[in-house]
Amino acid sequence: MYGKKVKLRILFLFLLLASIILAVYLILKSLEENVVYFISPSEIKKLTEINSDKIRIGGMVKNKSIIIKSNKINFIITDFKSEINVSYSGSVPNLFAEGKGVVAEGYLKDKNYFNAVKILAKHDENYMPPEVKEALGEE
Amino acid sequence: MLAHQIGYYSLILGFFFSILIIPVSIKNFNNKNKVIDNKVFSISFFQFFFVLVSFFGLILSFVNSDFGNETVFNNSHTTKPLFYKISGTWGNHEGSLLLWLLVLTLFIFIFLIKSNSQPKKYRILTLLFQQVIIIGFFLFLLKTSNPFNYFFPVPKEGLGLNPILQDPALAIHPPILYLGYVGSSIIFSASLAAVVAKHISTVWAKHIKLWIFVSWIFLTFGIMLGSIWAYYELGWGGFWFWDPVENVSLMPWFCLTALLHCILVLEKRSTLSSWTIILSIATFMLSMSGTFLVRSGILNSVHTFANDPERGIFILIFLFMLILFSLVIFFVFHKENDQKIVKINWLSKEASILFNNWFLMYFLSVVLIGTVYPIFLEVLSSEKISVGPPFYHKLIVPFLIPFLLFMSIGPNLNWIKSKIKKVRIKIIILFLISLLLSLLISKKIGSVNLINIVLISAAFYLFFITVKDFFSKKFKNYSQKISHFGFSLLILSILLNSIFSSEVIINLKVGEKFSFKKESITFESIENTESKNYRSIIGHFKIEDKQKNSIQLKPELRIYDQPFTITSEADIKTTLYYDKFLVMNLVKGNEYFNVRYQFKPFMIWIWISTLLLGIGGMFSLFKRIYEK
Repeated sequence: MYGKKVKLRILFLFLLLASIILAVYLILKSLEENVVYFISPSEIKKLTEINSDKIRIGGMVKNKSIIIKSNKINFIITDFKSEINVSYSGSVPNLFAEGKGVVAEGYLKDKNYFNAVKILAKHDENYMPPEVKEALGEE
Repeated sequence: MLAHQIGYYSLILGFFFSILIIPVSIKNFNNKNKVIDNKVFSISFFQFFFVLVSFFGLILSFVNSDFGNETVFNNSHTTKPLFYKISGTWGNHEGSLLLWLLVLTLFIFIFLIKSNSQPKKYRILTLLFQQVIIIGFFLFLLKTSNPFNYFFPVPKEGLGLNPILQDPALAIHPPILYLGYVGSSIIFSASLAAVVAKHISTVWAKHIKLWIFVSWIFLTFGIMLGSIWAYYELGWGGFWFWDPVENVSLMPWFCLTALLHCILVLEKRSTLSSWTIILSIATFMLSMSGTFLVRSGILNSVHTFANDPERGIFILIFLFMLILFSLVIFFVFHKENDQKIVKINWLSKEASILFNNWFLMYFLSVVLIGTVYPIFLEVLSSEKISVGPPFYHKLIVPFLIPFLLFMSIGPNLNWIKSKIKKVRIKIIILFLISLLLSLLISKKIGSVNLINIVLISAAFYLFFITVKDFFSKKFKNYSQKISHFGFSLLILSILLNSIFSSEVIINLKVGEKFSFKKESITFESIENTESKNYRSIIGHFKIEDKQKNSIQLKPELRIYDQPFTITSEADIKTTLYYDKFLVMNLVKGNEYFNVRYQFKPFMIWIWISTLLLGIGGMFSLFKRIYEK
């Protein structure tokens, strides 16, 4: 009924469509697996279950909370309502200090302990990660 | 003060000329003369000239530290070295937009005088379309981001330029990148003009190819400079972080690379014309949104957007109108040439170019979604997320394999149709060698990752094929070989670098020592020095291997007062085989320094191969100019 050319063209269009659908599916699926959510210490206290997803926590480094050992840094992130203990081994940005804003990325051990794998850099004194601004603004 | 006023008024004069061009060139469009009136040339020149004067006015204001000018006040300081006073001109939103405008007006002037061989209607239409963009930028600049706002009383001191921007690579990075971005505006206007003037032809393809190559070369080098800067200045020891700011420069690059290959098909086979035009439009839209996204601060935070809604809304409306405008032109005027359907054979050069175009579009969509999805999600649901490197690696790396294979096979196919000849032994041997090499490498790592092995073999294969073709007799296309060779080297060095890199992060006091793999690292002493606008703390480290060969690395911490910032300057020992990278950070109120030491094999080859990629493009450009 149809010529060979038409059939070939239909096959081609079908392949194109299939590969586009596949690409979109792949992208959306990996997106789901690889996004990192941002949470404040207060929100962590409200969590009903602790899962193993990577998250970001933002807030202030509590005064007099930094303890440094040769391969580990412990400190407390606070949003002035709730606090969380963070343990981290890795490099810290230059402006990481007590009383300053910080964003830590890592995994929750439980509602009070957080294992950070990355501390995000701030570029200057006045800049505050939007997450921190938001978390502090809520109080 | 004087420089400021000259700058301001010549910007307004430039705006006046940019409007004047429109009626003059429309009049010229309708008369019967075959050539463009000299008036058009002079007005276009004056437009460029006054923007140039205005730009110099701003530079002078920076050099003289005229803090009455708001832009200077926000971004400069008297103690800053002269070089960075000048580069501070384009290190901020207002100044960088003025630079954009300058390049826009320069390029359209060059286009006018260099396109004599093309029909008059097409040239004038290109000018008109380009003027739409230029006027849009003038309005944006004058209305929302005027670099010449003056205020009283004049402050004694400025706020200073962000110290991490005070760096030679970053001083020339924006202008080079902008030359690439703005070059795509000419491609955009010219394609639309060619559509309207029914001038899409092999002649046109040959002429516009030059502009595509120019933009591509600048964009490639611009991205490279930014990446080199990130490597030594940001102190993480990586060269690409999949940060949104980096991604927005990569997206037009994908598009432009696709266009670069597509235009060859249009030139040789006069087909794929619609696709070429769509790519031209997309490249410019991505370039423009890239600049805006970076400069308006939307990317860092959605909140900055809300702080200055006027800018953001102007940008969005302007972008939206340009997209609408170009689509209307495309659908109303564009018709495939004479309904002549050119059949594409599966086994031909054009087919393999088309396949790789699709892969490039796929890479582009991955990066696009990863970059804008968080913005949309935050606006729509106020949920905050970030998309990290694993997302990009997972989606891009496997698809590099067919991409590399097409790159090795495609160039050796003929246009129109090739026959499957007897499979040549040489090619098979090369393939086996590549496979063997990658197996050896995977044995060295210990763990076997199938995708990595196949990818390394594919990259080696392209590497050997380009080398072989380089020495074969009938070979003519140097430019393509160099670029493809560069690309295979790039993929290889990135892969080997990421597989064999190792790092250690540790907190150290002066006098302490630690060992890492086969080396021992001693923190010997610290030294304090003063420079013009910063104090520095220099750490002296000795790195010694088992054979007692030792090197000294001296990473530095710079403490700037204006604005108060601490930056880390990594010290890097570069050889042809590896980089040794050492950076230290201060932990406030502690005697510990946070030290990061990295061993990065083949690092320099990443830069060399990117350089080769760009040099390949330059070869083609010079050949073209020489042939004329």
